[in-house]
Amino acid sequence: MAQHQHKGGGHGHDHHHHDDHGAGHHELSYWRKYIFSVDHKIIGIQYGLTALCFLFFGFSLMMIMRWQLAYPNKPIPVIGSLFPSFFPGGAMAPEMYNAFGAMHGTIMVFLGVVPMLVGAFGNYVMPLQIGAPDMAFPKLNMMSYWVYFCGGVTMLASFFVKGGAAQSGWTSYAPLSVITQPHQWGQTMWLIGMVFLITSSLLGSINFITTIVQLRAKGLTMFRLPFFVWAQFVTSFLLLLAFPPLEAAGILQLMDRVAGTSFFMPEGLVVSGQMQSYTGGGNPLLWQHLFWFLAHPEVYVLILPAMGMVAEIIASNTRKALWGYRTMVYSIIFLGFMSFIVWAHHMFITGMGQKMAAFFATTTMIISIPSVVILTAMVITLHGASIRFNVPMLFALAFLPMFAIGGLTGLPLGLPVSDIQLHDTYYVIGHFHYVVAPGTIFAIFAGIYFWFPKATGRMMNEALGKVHFVLSFIFINVAFMPMFFQGLAGVSRRLADQTGYAHGNAVQGLTRMSSWGAWMLGLSQVPFIINFFVSMFAGRKVSENPWESTTLEWSAPSPPPHGNFKSTPVVHRGPYEYGVPGIAKDYFPQHQAGAEA
Amino acid sequence: MRRCSWRIFLAVVFGCVVLGQTSVLRAQAVAPKDTGVKIDGEYGPFLPTDISVDGYQVDRLINVLHVFMIGLFVGWGLFFAFCLVKYRQRPGHRANSVLIKAKPSKYLEIAVAIFEAVLLFGFSIPVWARVKSEFPTDDPMRVRVVAEQFAWNFHYPGADKKFGKLNPKIIDLVKNPLGRMDDDPAGKDDFVSGEFHVIEGRSVVVEILSKDVIHSFFVPVLRVKQDAIPGMRIPIWFKTKEKTAGAYEIGCAQLCGNNHFSMRAVMHVDTPEQYAAWVKKVTAPPEEFKED
Repeated sequence: MAQHQHKGGGHGHDHHHHDDHGAGHHELSYWRKYIFSVDHKIIGIQYGLTALCFLFFGFSLMMIMRWQLAYPNKPIPVIGSLFPSFFPGGAMAPEMYNAFGAMHGTIMVFLGVVPMLVGAFGNYVMPLQIGAPDMAFPKLNMMSYWVYFCGGVTMLASFFVKGGAAQSGWTSYAPLSVITQPHQWGQTMWLIGMVFLITSSLLGSINFITTIVQLRAKGLTMFRLPFFVWAQFVTSFLLLLAFPPLEAAGILQLMDRVAGTSFFMPEGLVVSGQMQSYTGGGNPLLWQHLFWFLAHPEVYVLILPAMGMVAEIIASNTRKALWGYRTMVYSIIFLGFMSFIVWAHHMFITGMGQKMAAFFATTTMIISIPSVVILTAMVITLHGASIRFNVPMLFALAFLPMFAIGGLTGLPLGLPVSDIQLHDTYYVIGHFHYVVAPGTIFAIFAGIYFWFPKATGRMMNEALGKVHFVLSFIFINVAFMPMFFQGLAGVSRRLADQTGYAHGNAVQGLTRMSSWGAWMLGLSQVPFIINFFVSMFAGRKVSENPWESTTLEWSAPSPPPHGNFKSTPVVHRGPYEYGVPGIAKDYFPQHQAGAEA
Repeated sequence: MRRCSWRIFLAVVFGCVVLGQTSVLRAQAVAPKDTGVKIDGEYGPFLPTDISVDGYQVDRLINVLHVFMIGLFVGWGLFFAFCLVKYRQRPGHRANSVLIKAKPSKYLEIAVAIFEAVLLFGFSIPVWARVKSEFPTDDPMRVRVVAEQFAWNFHYPGADKKFGKLNPKIIDLVKNPLGRMDDDPAGKDDFVSGEFHVIEGRSVVVEILSKDVIHSFFVPVLRVKQDAIPGMRIPIWFKTKEKTAGAYEIGCAQLCGNNHFSMRAVMHVDTPEQYAAWVKKVTAPPEEFKED
């Protein structure tokens, strides 16, 4: 019923207040309401659905690559014969492997996870949690989505141009990225796509910061904000400050490719026996510095909102306050700050001297401490709790040990000496996938199961959800755990076929295990996909606060109408008042007046 | 029904593990197709053979770190599992709204910080300093490694121990892959090979260069890895242990293009006699006929 209450105009939106809504507005056309909408909830859902499609597509690329790794140069079953132009002879050529690898990374990070965490959850949940009727700049919000959409289309289209998609890894290291596919469009489209995606994130981050600073409900002080909002706040600063250097670097590399400049190209390059004409003494390391100056904060963009979501779900399902909320907030701010001065730990092997390496190793060790603090706080929250094992909670709980593995395995990579052996091996792949796949992606699933009833007014199916959880949890570990052992064995990443090496051939069995894990993980998503679409139309209808949570989004109707709240919410207390003595119910919502706790 | 599905999960996991393990057992350090050289050393799912004098320092740090990580994870995990069981929701159980005073967590965090500081200042920084700046003075062998898509060239200075100048303008893929200049006296006795030969038990200083894109010189059994960056000449050094003669692998660890996966070379650790014989063989015929 509430679904069709999206009244109010696109015009007059920028300066709206909650009270503006109601009488006198005309009904919007379908296009303005669902496609070119300025409502943060519709935009959030658009982001979410688009990002889910990209996540699935990026994962599919990897499932195809895993065939080449497990059974090198054998024809790929079914897929190989379906796309003969991509896979001559049914098998995967090394250049296609490199293209899929580069696009898997790019799509997962820039088109999947970040838009999901920030664009979808941030957009949908954050304004509701702060009691705002919408984002501060609704039109900017719409523009941000459509710029992202253009970036995605550019990236997808690059698969079909002559020479195929970019092949130089998601890191696009020059000079390789400048000299491969000369006079072809793959890498060039990658760079143009990145410029779109970065612009989109920049617009979003400004909007988020303004919204959190300006549009909080009355009584909602900064230290009454839910932890998720804090996570979004810090994340927005990371996006705002880290992305411009990469945008600039991307344009410089674009010039190197198409305009004959040499920002990243040294003199005296000889490619396949042909002397190149680059002069002026560019430096390939400059690209790496600019890239990682973005991409390390980016790692925290991938994890902080996930931590925020997990914290919300843990608080709600332990029926108690987060342990050490303030410490967690200070930690996340400190994490954000530190993430700007650790980037060169990605570059220990480039020939870095003692002082630089000592500095970046020290900052890297320091940044591990706030992560330990946040994780420990969440685990201690379980002490003395009353834990509900519903599907969102299962995913949120699984996040903790999985992120712990991802975080801990970062230590050997953060110390230059152990990094000598492990750098650019499968150990790195295992490490960051544990952070992002069973870490962030599990948090995303937790978030989808948790906020689905808010967005649709219906529950997702619990039994299917549990099947999805158990299968995913098992197979994600089967897929990623072997990578640590491959890495210790010395197998380099990005090899289209590792069996040419004695040390690679010796652990080929682990590669197969990992591949089977990935394919089974793919199958394990079937219950989720069914559940998602069926529940949208046939799920059990629920009230506005099915989880009996305290934060503001649960005081709005499900789904919230245009303008979000029936009456302007006023906040009376902190975000996690569970089990307050003297209150009959075991939760005390932020918006409810009454005895101050 | 519930038990049955659990059994299926376990069977599938077990199946995957068996599939993995049997292949691990079956695989031996076989000669990869392209060279036909038998590779020495033991390879499996842990760190490979170490033939370098300083390699143990890398291994030691990796091992200490993993013991620490596993200890921390298990400790954490036990508390986590304890909470999940003890504090599960059940009739008559209500969460305790009073937050515990958890001093131990503070101690744990401080302990982690101290341990990391020890690793950093005790194990990492001194070793890195040794690797990076204490170049050997015991008359090391000197070799230039020039990387290109998708091969390694090893440039030896010859008897005069001086490298001749290289000029990228006169590079010819077949006749003169590095652009060596005929009129440079220092380069007269230089020679270039696609094989890397070093003498066992002797220090080696390697200068790493690249002709085209970034590569990475990785010798797993030496615990040596260094990016080859065009426009830069980066020296590294290592020393093999005594009695390690044999053939080992060199790989490229940085994505460098289509055939990155096959950019592999063999490092021969020779006895002094074997090395002398190899040098004689490589330098004997005139340059033009060497390529066969």
